[in-house]
Amino acid sequence: MLNYDIVVIGGGPAGLAAAIEAKKEGAESILVIERDRELGGILQQCIHNGFGLVVFKEELTGPEYAERFIDELAKENIDYKLDTMVLDVNENKQITAMNTTDGLMNIQAKAIVLSMGCRERTRGAIAIPGYRPAGVFNAGTAQRYLNMEGYMVGKRVVILGSGDIGLIMARRMTLEGAKVLAVAELMPFSGGLTRNIVQCLDDYDIPLKLSHTVTDIKGKDRVEAVVIQQIDENFKPIPGTEIEYECDTLLLSVGLIPENELSRGAGLEIDGKTSGPVVYESMETSIEGIFACGNVVHVHDLVDFVTEESRRAGKSAAKFVLEGRADSDKIIETEAQSGIGYIVPQKVRIGAVDEKLALFMRVRNVYHNKKISVKADGKEIYSVKKKHLAPGEMERIDIKKDLIGENVGKLTVEVI
Amino acid sequence: MRESVKEKEMICIVCPMGCHINVVENMESEEGYEVEGNKCPRGKVYGIKEMTCPTRVVPTTVAIEDAFLNRLPVKTDDPIPKELIFECMEIINEVVVKAPVKVGDIIIENILDTGVNIVATRSMNKI
Repeated sequence: MLNYDIVVIGGGPAGLAAAIEAKKEGAESILVIERDRELGGILQQCIHNGFGLVVFKEELTGPEYAERFIDELAKENIDYKLDTMVLDVNENKQITAMNTTDGLMNIQAKAIVLSMGCRERTRGAIAIPGYRPAGVFNAGTAQRYLNMEGYMVGKRVVILGSGDIGLIMARRMTLEGAKVLAVAELMPFSGGLTRNIVQCLDDYDIPLKLSHTVTDIKGKDRVEAVVIQQIDENFKPIPGTEIEYECDTLLLSVGLIPENELSRGAGLEIDGKTSGPVVYESMETSIEGIFACGNVVHVHDLVDFVTEESRRAGKSAAKFVLEGRADSDKIIETEAQSGIGYIVPQKVRIGAVDEKLALFMRVRNVYHNKKISVKADGKEIYSVKKKHLAPGEMERIDIKKDLIGENVGKLTVEVI
Repeated sequence: MRESVKEKEMICIVCPMGCHINVVENMESEEGYEVEGNKCPRGKVYGIKEMTCPTRVVPTTVAIEDAFLNRLPVKTDDPIPKELIFECMEIINEVVVKAPVKVGDIIIENILDTGVNIVATRSMNKI
């Protein structure tokens, strides 16, 4: 049995930030376990710029952002294992993992940080009719092929889904000489950041077809054509609106799912709205000493927020190892009400909040000139005016601890 | 891109508001353009820059040998004029580098006489 103070599962931006922060806060032995052949996670394939504006006050690409953390991990002398798969985590904070050099490993940790990230939703999950030819890729998979392995996945491309990965790949494929015919989006608004719509689609005159979906994929061996169709308010395709694009590739950018098999196996409470573990303000999960951060908790748009959240998880894990858990405070639950999709954290121990409580959330729809209102047991304690709200852009609200008070049972947030 | 067009609709990307702005040429105004639909002064600056000299950072990859990956990510170390993007890509696509490479290494100097360099955006060891 190997023993560590803290084991971090996943060596992407969340795991790196958590491990480094835990070390700085005084935790002695820390191990980062990564299943890929290198650290950095998804950032290594996100070669575009736009990362780091909050954390480093400069605009970096994904690999540059990752390298800064990888260098810092080395400087802090933190152990890591690559090409290593975690098979199981249990409530006693024991980890079973394996790789080809160490074989099967049993590891006892005093605290665990879960930072496994998320996975792309696939064609099967959205049930697109049509044949099953080669040439249908998840956008993130195509991104890895193109940017790291050096394989161009196609020459004439249709993209379904206007999340950021779909938009980024529309530009990337165009720069590499492909013709991107259209981006179809089921919703009446894009799921991506506005700046990506401008810089990735408008710059290259790529049409964005809102309220459209793919209703047929043609071709037996390789994609030969893709049919998209407008949908009505009940998401039913409208007959007569079919557009057929002759193409060899369909990229899917249809959502990300937090990867929580290990969390479920350990018996953590999972939030049905985020598909991630229920967390406290410290990023501790429903099991004492197991923390979670990054896209495994909720899918972020900006890595800078992942870093910030993960530093909090790392700091909390170190504190747990060094001081044990603080006396259990009264617990405040957060609840998403009208217009709000979810809130992280789901639970708050007010005694553990430093000065301000940060609440992260997504709205359900596009809104203009509205207010986000926070109520403590039904009484408004904070509100902020918002000119523009969209589900594609995560909202963050900081509330002063004094405003919340000690004897509150529930914090609710709504759009009014 | 289309020089004959003296009016253009665009979405301002300075902040998340995403104002739909319309930039119209007007020789009598101080900057030569009028901007409509912007809700703040930054939208005006953005709109005029987009009409007179729109620039972008170009992130892409070059082929690399003796490394564990086939592609090395690179970028322009400053924004380049938008109309040079594809010409720039043609030059970048001719390049093959050899590992080891350090992040920030100049891969192509002064591309297309813009004064902008193409630099590596990650380190890669020799294998």
